[in-house]
Amino acid sequence: MDEKDGLILKILEDNCKTSEQEIADMVDLDATEVAERIAVLEKRGIIRKYTAVIDWDRTGGGQVAAILELKVTPERGFGFDRVAERLARFRQVRSVRLISGVYDLELLVIGTTIHDITGFVAEHVAAIEGIKETGTILIMKTYKENGQMYFDRKEGERLPYSF
Amino acid sequence: MRDFRSERVKNIPPSGIRKFFDIAAEMDDIISLGVGEPDFTTPWIVRERAIQSIEAGKTSYTSNKGIQELCEGIEDYLKSRFGVSYNASDEIIVTAGASGALDIAIRSVVNPGDDVLVADPAYVAYAPGVMLSGGNPVYVPCCSKDRFKLTPDALMESLTPKSKVVLCNFPNNPSGGVMTKEDYKAIADVIVDHDLVLISDEIYSELTYEGEPASAASLPELRDRTILISGFSKAYAMTGWRIGYLCAPPSLCDAALKIQQYVMLSAPTAGQHAAVEALKNGAEARDEMISEYMMRRNLFVKGLNRIGLECHMPNGAFYAFPSVASTGLTDEDFAEGLLRDQHVAVVPGSVFGPSGAGHLRCAYAVSRDDLRTALERIEVFISSLK
Repeated sequence: MDEKDGLILKILEDNCKTSEQEIADMVDLDATEVAERIAVLEKRGIIRKYTAVIDWDRTGGGQVAAILELKVTPERGFGFDRVAERLARFRQVRSVRLISGVYDLELLVIGTTIHDITGFVAEHVAAIEGIKETGTILIMKTYKENGQMYFDRKEGERLPYSF
Repeated sequence: MRDFRSERVKNIPPSGIRKFFDIAAEMDDIISLGVGEPDFTTPWIVRERAIQSIEAGKTSYTSNKGIQELCEGIEDYLKSRFGVSYNASDEIIVTAGASGALDIAIRSVVNPGDDVLVADPAYVAYAPGVMLSGGNPVYVPCCSKDRFKLTPDALMESLTPKSKVVLCNFPNNPSGGVMTKEDYKAIADVIVDHDLVLISDEIYSELTYEGEPASAASLPELRDRTILISGFSKAYAMTGWRIGYLCAPPSLCDAALKIQQYVMLSAPTAGQHAAVEALKNGAEARDEMISEYMMRRNLFVKGLNRIGLECHMPNGAFYAFPSVASTGLTDEDFAEGLLRDQHVAVVPGSVFGPSGAGHLRCAYAVSRDDLRTALERIEVFISSLK
């Protein structure tokens, strides 16, 4: 990892559809070098995936999301890892984090309806050994996700010429 | 009725860009590379602080030289970032933008009849500013072959018996040229030997892409004969706040403060509080913007050279300054044709002085998408000339 790799990652994080030639121009390399660097970053698991940030609310269909907070009894030799990895395998679970504070794990869970989520929590999550307590927080509206604003902003306009 | 306008105002030639404004006003799909300001909005943390200051009722005049907290912030910032020492108590004035600093700097030192050596190409306000004080601007050419730096030879050749002031701006608007510490050292002898005062407008100094940003005032031999001008507009995307500053040894600073006291009173108060925040917590946002400018520069300048407009890689500011020599057109004709045919606005280099002729000032402080589209349109325009 050097400075150029850092710049390449920032460009891709902002827009992963940026062409290799354009990245090459911006970071002052040639396109082949950029392709090689990206391949290495992918291989090393630094670039995990290329994805789109989607505001599902605008599709009309939409989905329901909730933050799930869990108190977990840590296991000898594994801590929270085994429970966390088990939870992470569910397709409904979009993110799993170990957190400090009152709760131990924080999950982002999605479903088509609220019943999907409550059912999932009761039947699948709460039943896992080691989970002592769950708290479900329904997400009502998303304003910002992955650094992207979900609301329209009208910023000031500039004059066509200034010196 | 008599013509009430003063001779000095009448002597200032009209802006060469006026007609471009009129043409551009008729278009709605214009891509403007004609704008000399960041396309970013002021970082939110800075805006929020200004809102708080207004809510807290900080709405009165401040001291003529600016609020103490800001002067001290500027002192610390200049020291740590540029190795320049100015004392917040008697060597720093917060002004209404760097333009406000430029105005009081010129008026502090220029007597009617004095010659002011202006590094050319130059920001459009320099010559009129000098003329309003009764001085004569004398252009010192900074050439493409020197990467638009001010050289001791050019300075020597332009000297006149009435020369008193050198006025320069690096990183340069419009050329993107940059002076390193060594470059300043090279001109320092001429300035000292001929007992000149230097007004150094370093408003773009944060926007230096390769190597460390340099300040003329960091040289001990220049420090006491330099008026340093800078501000928050470019580095922190704060053009509309009108907050700049002037730094000078006490006697010159005191002279400038006298003018500020009777003309501007103090810089906008909410903006001063915003600037305090910019210095405290704005560095990350600033550096992110600078990194983005650098990538846009690379993208755009490489693109220009690829489509046949020769352009040096500018090391500072956010302007590319390609030559139109290969097209056989003058800079003005090229800029007007490009605007009319392809709706891309650029500024002809000759607007910035004789050494700018044959070049275009293209501000790359626009989105990458716009830069891409601009390049496509410029390419179409160039092909249409053949």
